[in-house]
Amino acid sequence: MPLNVTALTVFVLFFALVTYVGFAAARWKRGNLDHLHEWGLAGGKFGTLITWFLLGGDLYTAYTFIAVPALAFGAGALAFFAVPYTIVIYPFVFVVFPRLWSVARARGYITAADFIRGRYGDRWLALAVALTGILATLPYVALQLVGLEVVIAAMGVQLAGALVYLPLIIAFAILAAFDYFSGLRAPAAIAIIKDIMIYITVFAAIIVIPLELGGWGNVFAAVPKDKLLLADNFGSYTGYATLFLGSAMALFLYPHSVTGVLSSSSRHVIRRNAALLPAYSFLLGLIALLGYMALAVGVGKMPAYATSFKAFGANFAVPALFLQVFPSWFAGFAFASIGIGALVPAAIMSIAAANLFSRNIYREFVNPHCDPKQESQMAKTMSLVVKVGALLFIIFLPNEYAIQMQLLGGIWIIHTFPAVIFGLYTRWLDSKALLAGWAVGMISGTWMAASIGFRPIFPLTIFGTTVPAYIAIYSVILNFAVAVVLTLVFNLSARSRADETLPGDYAVEGGAGH
Amino acid sequence: MAKNPETRSQVRGWLLFLLLVPLLVLYVPLYNTIEPTLFGFPFFYWFQLAWIVASMIITAVVYYGTEPRRE
Repeated sequence: MPLNVTALTVFVLFFALVTYVGFAAARWKRGNLDHLHEWGLAGGKFGTLITWFLLGGDLYTAYTFIAVPALAFGAGALAFFAVPYTIVIYPFVFVVFPRLWSVARARGYITAADFIRGRYGDRWLALAVALTGILATLPYVALQLVGLEVVIAAMGVQLAGALVYLPLIIAFAILAAFDYFSGLRAPAAIAIIKDIMIYITVFAAIIVIPLELGGWGNVFAAVPKDKLLLADNFGSYTGYATLFLGSAMALFLYPHSVTGVLSSSSRHVIRRNAALLPAYSFLLGLIALLGYMALAVGVGKMPAYATSFKAFGANFAVPALFLQVFPSWFAGFAFASIGIGALVPAAIMSIAAANLFSRNIYREFVNPHCDPKQESQMAKTMSLVVKVGALLFIIFLPNEYAIQMQLLGGIWIIHTFPAVIFGLYTRWLDSKALLAGWAVGMISGTWMAASIGFRPIFPLTIFGTTVPAYIAIYSVILNFAVAVVLTLVFNLSARSRADETLPGDYAVEGGAGH
Repeated sequence: MAKNPETRSQVRGWLLFLLLVPLLVLYVPLYNTIEPTLFGFPFFYWFQLAWIVASMIITAVVYYGTEPRRE
């Protein structure tokens, strides 16, 4: 690709703008950033609108915007699983997550592992939840870099030798700096800009491109017949349904989702957002269709993009589409929205992972008597470590590994479901039984994924019938079964029912303590 | 939340309704068809997009149905 000066200029200007906003955010809704609750949760002061932008910017990542249409471009209808996935999750969030918010507010919890520690009085189960969260988050941060890498390449920035990764390093250095100084306030402020840019880009695309192509009918006509719908057989239906169900169950267990939920100023904010956030799902559905537009425009066959498709595969479909149909300045704007779209989730994810490390590993196991300033400092340092780790991952390992790790991350994080979600309603499950269930789920899930070459759908044969389904679902069923059976066994003898939370904690309205 | 037992069970009913309705989308054969199309969108696509809008409306209705009156 030749260097696209106009697009690059627009891109750099917007990057400069968000850099300024990121640093200025330190003074927003002023709080003492030497406290973890302020640095890592912005003091829990975000209202409905900011939470909407924050969670929207957090859950719908740059990688999503590149990978979902890429999946549509290559595999067709399957990519639409991202739509029903969010249909299932938001009602669930509406019902369940205000309870987590309330108990966290009542007890001063800042992570899901904090809740586990308090609810079950078991530091090892809390450690398992914290480690799972950190492990699932790291490859996710790395994948944001893949999104950034693709759009930078699309603008024709090609450096040789040791300088190849320079743009990524600069972008991540900026990110690391404002994260360090401003904490969660930085990505929250930037998310507002980024989300507005994404909405503008996508609406421009879905209005302009189908018009040029002569209507949506022609967009869908470009899709190969056998990919326009799911294959008409039982296995493809169970695969699709379990894939979106399992992804939905996992989504709000990710540390960056929990951080977003807990940073809101009241439980009502979460309920309102459960009704408002599907707007992003609608947007994501339209973004998936960009993959079909890329097919209809035929960018995959154009010689100008051949080398880039060779380097990035289907991930180059959307950048190529934008270059082909938009004027350079608007392509630059669109790429900036994706590039900044990489920074917001990467920032929140690294803050969330840092919160887990500092609160649930450092303070719990290393330095129990640390003061709030030390705890907050440890988190700031960890957020840097996470980003450097992600950068090294992308620089030294094939991107394929990050993608496989992220797939595993989804399979891993679901194993905190029984402890966290059931724990919000009942203390019946025993903490050691939950820990055993977690271990069985993690191992069986990883084994299933590895045995079929890191793909999400495992063809399990039950009583002679093969039922292909998402590995996360199979392994979490196993996890839950182990937890229940062992709880029954442990119930035969006296067991610990330590629990610092009270029934009323789960409905606290706010204002208490923190 | 709600104070007396009657409204409590009402709230439960609302919440259960909200949780169960989306599970309809698990029955994939229901919408894995091309016809009827809408504005050129095959049914598979517009049904799932329309469902998002419906779920927003249902959630909003449940929100107003279960939110305690403001003082």
